[in-house]
Formats: sequence, C-alpha cells, structure tokens
Amino acid sequence: MADTILLSSPHKHDGSTIRSIMFKVCMALLPGLLCNIWYFGPGVMWQCLYATVFALLTEAILLTVRKRDLRLFLGDGTAIVTAWLFALMISPLVPWWVSLTGISFGLVFAKHLYGGLGHNLFNPAATGYIFVLLCFPVIMNHWPVMRELSAGIDVISGATPLGDTQTRLAAMDMISEIQIGPLYGMFAGAGWEWVNLAYLAGGCWLVISGIISWRIPFGVAGGVFVVSTLFSLYNPDLYASPLFHLFSGGTMLGAFFIATDPVTASTTPRGKIIYGCLIGLIAFVLRTWGAYPDGIAFAVLIANAAVPLIDRYTRPNILGE
Amino acid sequence: MGLDQTKPGMNTQVTRQLHNFHGGLVFETYKDITSKIVAIQHPLPQKIILPLRQHIGIPAVPVVKIGDYVLKGQLIARADGYVSIPLHASTSGKVIDIGDYPVPHAGKAVATCIVIKPDGEERWADIEPTENFLSIDPKQLQEIIRSSGIAGLGGAGFPAHVKLNEGVVNVVDTLIINGVECEPYITCDDRLIREKAHYVVAGTRMIRHAVQARQCVIAVEEDMPEAYAALAQWIDDDIELIKVPTRYPSGGEKQLIQVITGKEVPSGGLAIHIGIVMHNVATAAAVYRAVTRGEPVISRYVTITGKVGTPRNLQVLLGTPVSDCLRACGYEHNENHRVIMGGPMMGIHINNPDIPVIKTTNCILVKEIQPIPAEMPCIRCGNCVDVCPIKLLPQQLYWHARSENLEETKKFHIFDCIECGCCSYVCPSHIPLVQYYRYAKTRIAAEERKREGADHARQRFMQRQHRLEEEAQEKLLPQVSTISESDSLIADPDIIKSYIEAAVARTRDKRHQSRITDLEDKDG
Repeated sequence: MADTILLSSPHKHDGSTIRSIMFKVCMALLPGLLCNIWYFGPGVMWQCLYATVFALLTEAILLTVRKRDLRLFLGDGTAIVTAWLFALMISPLVPWWVSLTGISFGLVFAKHLYGGLGHNLFNPAATGYIFVLLCFPVIMNHWPVMRELSAGIDVISGATPLGDTQTRLAAMDMISEIQIGPLYGMFAGAGWEWVNLAYLAGGCWLVISGIISWRIPFGVAGGVFVVSTLFSLYNPDLYASPLFHLFSGGTMLGAFFIATDPVTASTTPRGKIIYGCLIGLIAFVLRTWGAYPDGIAFAVLIANAAVPLIDRYTRPNILGE
Repeated sequence: MGLDQTKPGMNTQVTRQLHNFHGGLVFETYKDITSKIVAIQHPLPQKIILPLRQHIGIPAVPVVKIGDYVLKGQLIARADGYVSIPLHASTSGKVIDIGDYPVPHAGKAVATCIVIKPDGEERWADIEPTENFLSIDPKQLQEIIRSSGIAGLGGAGFPAHVKLNEGVVNVVDTLIINGVECEPYITCDDRLIREKAHYVVAGTRMIRHAVQARQCVIAVEEDMPEAYAALAQWIDDDIELIKVPTRYPSGGEKQLIQVITGKEVPSGGLAIHIGIVMHNVATAAAVYRAVTRGEPVISRYVTITGKVGTPRNLQVLLGTPVSDCLRACGYEHNENHRVIMGGPMMGIHINNPDIPVIKTTNCILVKEIQPIPAEMPCIRCGNCVDVCPIKLLPQQLYWHARSENLEETKKFHIFDCIECGCCSYVCPSHIPLVQYYRYAKTRIAAEERKREGADHARQRFMQRQHRLEEEAQEKLLPQVSTISESDSLIADPDIIKSYIEAAVARTRDKRHQSRITDLEDKDG
C-alpha cells in the first residue's frame, strides 16, 4: 500500500490500444492487398513497402523535431496505416519519388502541422494522394493492364474502367456501348470488382469486430447507390449503373478504410450517417462531372471539412433530456 | 431454496416488460470467488475509527468528549441540519481521540473522526423497538429511520431520510429496492439477501409504508438465482420480484429505473420527479433493524476479495480498519498490490491501511499493480460514446475539460455524468477520462462558490425566495395526486410535464447550493 499516487477509478481496462486497433485495420486490408497483387502484379507490394518506409522515416523526423516520445508514437501504427492506404490508392506504376512526395506531404501538412495524432482535420493518406494527383496527373493516371486482359499482348499500361468510361462519354459514346468490353469484367470492371469485394470483406470484419462503426460505410455506399440509381434510371445511356459505381475505383477502400479514419470522421451516431452519405454523393458528382476519373479521395477531404459542423448539429439527446 | 425461476412460489409472477439502457458493458464478474461462502462476523478490532461524515452532506457534530465511556449503539455525533445523519458507537468502549484521521474519500486525505478503544464487553445502549410499523404515521417512521443514521448503503451514501421525505411529500408511483450489484467482484448484497432475505423484504414493506408507494419492486441481477429464490420465499403479491440482465451499470439508479419502468430520470432532476423512490437492499435491511429492534447502523456486509488468501464476505463493525479486515482474510501487505475500496469500476484507490470501513464500503478489493500504459492523444474513435449509459459525448467533455473550457463542459452536461467509468474502460488511448470529469466538476463548483461568496445578502434573499416558491409548489401538489389517483401518473401529460420541469429547476437550485457547501467542507 505504499503507492503515493492515488489512481482514479476505473481500475480496469479492456486492454485495447491504438496499436491494436491499427494492427486490426492492417489485417483487414490484407484481402484487398492480396487481390490487388493478384490483378496488378507485385508492384503493389513494392508500393506498400516503399510507402511504409517513407512514412516511418517522415514520422520519425517529425516526432524528433516536435520532441515527442519516438517509441510511443512511432509504435502506435498510425503511420503504417496511412502508408498502406496511400499505396493502395496509387497505381503500382507510380515511381518511388512520387510516393515519397505524397506520403511526406500528407504526414507533414495534414497530420503534424495540425498537432499530430488525434488533432488532424483532414485524412493524411487522402491529402497526400490528392497532392500528388494534382501535381503529377499523368503519372498518377497511368495504370497497368489487368492480368487477364494483357494475356499474349505486350501492353504495359491502359485505362481504368472509370477513366475509360469518362473519356468515351466525353466522346459522345453511350454507356451501353462503352461497358461491354472485357475491361468491364462481370459487373464493375475486370479485377476492380474483385478488389472492391475483398475490401468489402475486410471492412465487414472490422465492423463485426467493433473497430469501425457500420454507419460510415453504410452512409457512403448508400449515398453512392441512391444517387447513381436515380441518375441511371433517369438516363441509363449517360449514367453508369449503381453496381458499377459501388464496385469500381476506390469506393469500398474509401467507404471502409479512408472515410472511417476516426480522427477525421464524424463522431455522433447520426453524424456518421450524414458524413458517409455526403462522401457518397460528392464522389458520384466528381466521377460524373469532374475532371478526374475517381472522386472518393476528394469527397473524403470535403466531408472532413464539414465534420465539425455535422457534429455540432447532430449532438444526441442525453438521458432524460 | 430449491425454487427455480419458472416456479411461481408465493408471489404471483407478474412478468414486467423490461427495457434497455444505452451503452454499458458486460464483464467477467468474478463473483463466484466470494458469493458461495457464508459471511462471518468479523472479530472486534483494536481500534474503531468513525468518520463524522460517512454520507453525502454535512458532517455530524460530536456529542461525546475524549475519555467518555460509550455503549454500543449510543449516539456519539448528532446530525447537523437536514442533509446530515447521526453517528452511533459500533461497540462499547472509551473514546480515545477526536481528530483528523485518513478516510476513504476521493480527493480528501483526512477528516475528523471519533476513535473508540473497545472494551470487549459489547454492551448495548438502551434501544427501543417500534411495535407495529403499519399503525404509525409515515412521518414518524421516517424520523426513526433518520435517527438510526441510515445513509444509502449501496455506495453513494445519500441520507436515506431525505429520499424518504421526498417520497412522503411527493406522490410515489413505484418504490424500487435495488439488489442489482453490477460491479464485478462485489457480492455483499448477494450474501445479505441470501442470509437475511426476511430483513430485506420486511424493510421493503416498511419503506413502502413510509412513502406510501403504489407499486413496489425488488430487483436483483440475473446471475443471482439464490438471492432471487431467498427473496421469493418471503414475498407476497404486494411486492414484485424482478431479475434484470447482467450488464454494468444496471445497478445505477437512473439505469435501473430505465430498465424497470422504461422512464428516464430528467436531466438534472431526481427519480422522485417521475414518481420513483429507490433504496438499496442493505438500506432496507437496516430499516428493518432500526424499526423492529431500534438498532442503528453499526455494521455492514463487506466483500473482501481479489488477491487475498481466503476471499469472503465479512460482517464488519463500522470503523474497523481495512488492514484488520484484510488480515482476517489472510492477506499480508505486498508492494505489488493495490487496495481498492469499492469495485474495480468506481472504487477508490486507498494507500493507507488504517482507513476505516464506513457505511458506504461495500467491498475491499486487492489487485495486482499493472504497469499503467502511457496516455495517448484522443483519436476520436467514439468507443466512449457507444458505452456511455447517459448518452453523453465523453470525448467532447474530455476536450473541454482538458482545455479548462468549463462553460462548454456544462453545456455537454458534465453534471449528468455518473462516473461509472465505462468510457475510460474502453478508451484505446488510455485516457483517465473520469479523472478529467471530476477535475472539471470540482473546478466548476469552486468557481460557483467564489461567485456566490461575493454576495451573501443576495444569496440569502434567493434562498428565501426559493423557500417561498417551494412552499407554494407544495400547496399545488395535491392536484397532481388527485389526478394520479384515477389511473396513472400520466393522466394529463402537460400538467405532469410542467410539474416535472418545475421540480427539476428546484433541484438544480438545491444541487447548486449543496455543491457549494460540499466544497466549503472539502476546503475546510
């Protein structure tokens, strides 16, 4: 009984840590990562590796400059999750220096300048991605040809289903004409549909194990689904089907892994659904009328900015109020 | 005791629709360690240390001097004011000191205590039973309860007569006797019910008579089948016996009310505002003793558990040092252990073995000291929001408490926090959230005191005004009671609503005042 410091109740804890949460997020990313490697080649793995090294280096330098406990904060695993998300958003053909630029920009400007872990307003991975997308648009939209499609033909790069749809719609083709080739796979793009399903599986596991709330992915998917259904019903020649929107590009990665970053997402139950829907809606708008093929990362950043407002107006009533 | 749940027993099994409360946690309970063993009488200690304040409110005032010989059950300190209760000697012996000793109180190290050296005779003072409680005026019954020094024995220590009085002046729809021990490890109420079920049931009837409650419920947890069976033997169809699901903190007043009635206690208000009075089972047993035998509260059941040699429940005289109880259970002091008074979720960490067992001590838990993980920044994961039984936003409260933004913490209802600890329990950043909230509450109270202290005259004027309003309100009350006689309290929602609002406002004022006295007391 010699302790001099009196500890406050409770004297019990469920044992969870930030590190264990981040570890589970990485585990949940594995199916998507493996699927990516299968369809886009080992380049994806190298991207993850580079990104991890760059992220840890950047984080270590920033923590040292900010005089923070290096072991404690480097070991929390948040930088690794940022790195993996970034690596999974970019094409495996992107050179290492672009990756370094994106990662370090995201960590410096979106995370540490706001005060580091827990204080950032914008998702660091999405911010880094958007930064390099704006700086190097050509490199960033340079994707390898899917394993199944390249068989026998010596092609290195080609368009993604989203990019192809956008270009050909601009050339006055109709959806029914565009989305019939082998590029479009079974329902949402060869390879992409399976990658998205793998993210969906990993994400569902995160929901079941209580790491993320079902509300945000539900909101994102719901938002994309509703608005794309409405438009495709209105004019199926001009607007792609909801299935295509849900399972192509970064929809599932965004819905389950990027939008759910707890630091930058809404925290109230109702707010989470609104925040998710907002992302789905903006992503659809940007895909359909924007300059870039995919809009998920932009949508997440815009919704991030709206979070304080959403949280303020969705405060739940307390017991007896 | 071979009653299983489906067998009707003596009472008619009115199956009540139970409700849910938000959040909460399901734990490993560790109750088996002690729940199966009979509670033994703990032998007389060398020294009895009785703090003058073992309840919420104003400390009692000593009526004995150093050197006086006192008898068991003799009044040794009188109540000072309405929100205060008297104190009685736990055994016969000599008063050897009246002075500052370590007490179990979060944030306060020492307080005035009366120290008695037992003479080993255990000679009782003259005590007088009340022959037939049903024939006496409820007001008088309440007075007997008050003079027996009964504070809520569940853990909070709110003077029992204050709650009873609220029940007497207001219309009570439901009286709930709380046997829901939701914290892990604690089994003292479980043992008390199993061993003294008759006391609990008889005490329940007495409280019911005192508050004239229309319905009466005794609630236990689902994992207390033996206690349920023991109560079922004594219960008639005047009392409803209910099992509630095992989920922390279902034994909290607001949560249990929600589970049983589906009603929510208004924010900032009291249970009585929605026609409910709640007492602990141990309080009911103490009432029985006080009424039928005239015995004041001088002992209680305490669970001694955790890393001790022979964990069990003890019947301990109030004032017995914790070290004495631990020794009785084969515990030797160990550097690697931490002693907690109360349960693991809400208990107080004590670092002095001489701290005495008081009226609110339900458990002494010895835990191994675990390395405390570093406090990380909040990552806004929202786990705390999911488990908060009051539906607060713990992380917002934390942000504001941390940055000393006290006005904002009030807007986020910091005073509705029951400090159950669920938020800290699930926090992956290991932030001691409850500690931040306590800090903010203390700071707010201190500031209010400063403001109030500046203008005494104004305060006195306000108090008078408040008293007059209260009298006027009391005159209004019969209206409500006539309405409720028809069928239910919810006869005219508008009237009830305005009544509740007025009552909540009055309570806020009262709380405001009591916080100030509470704080003055701490400083003093």
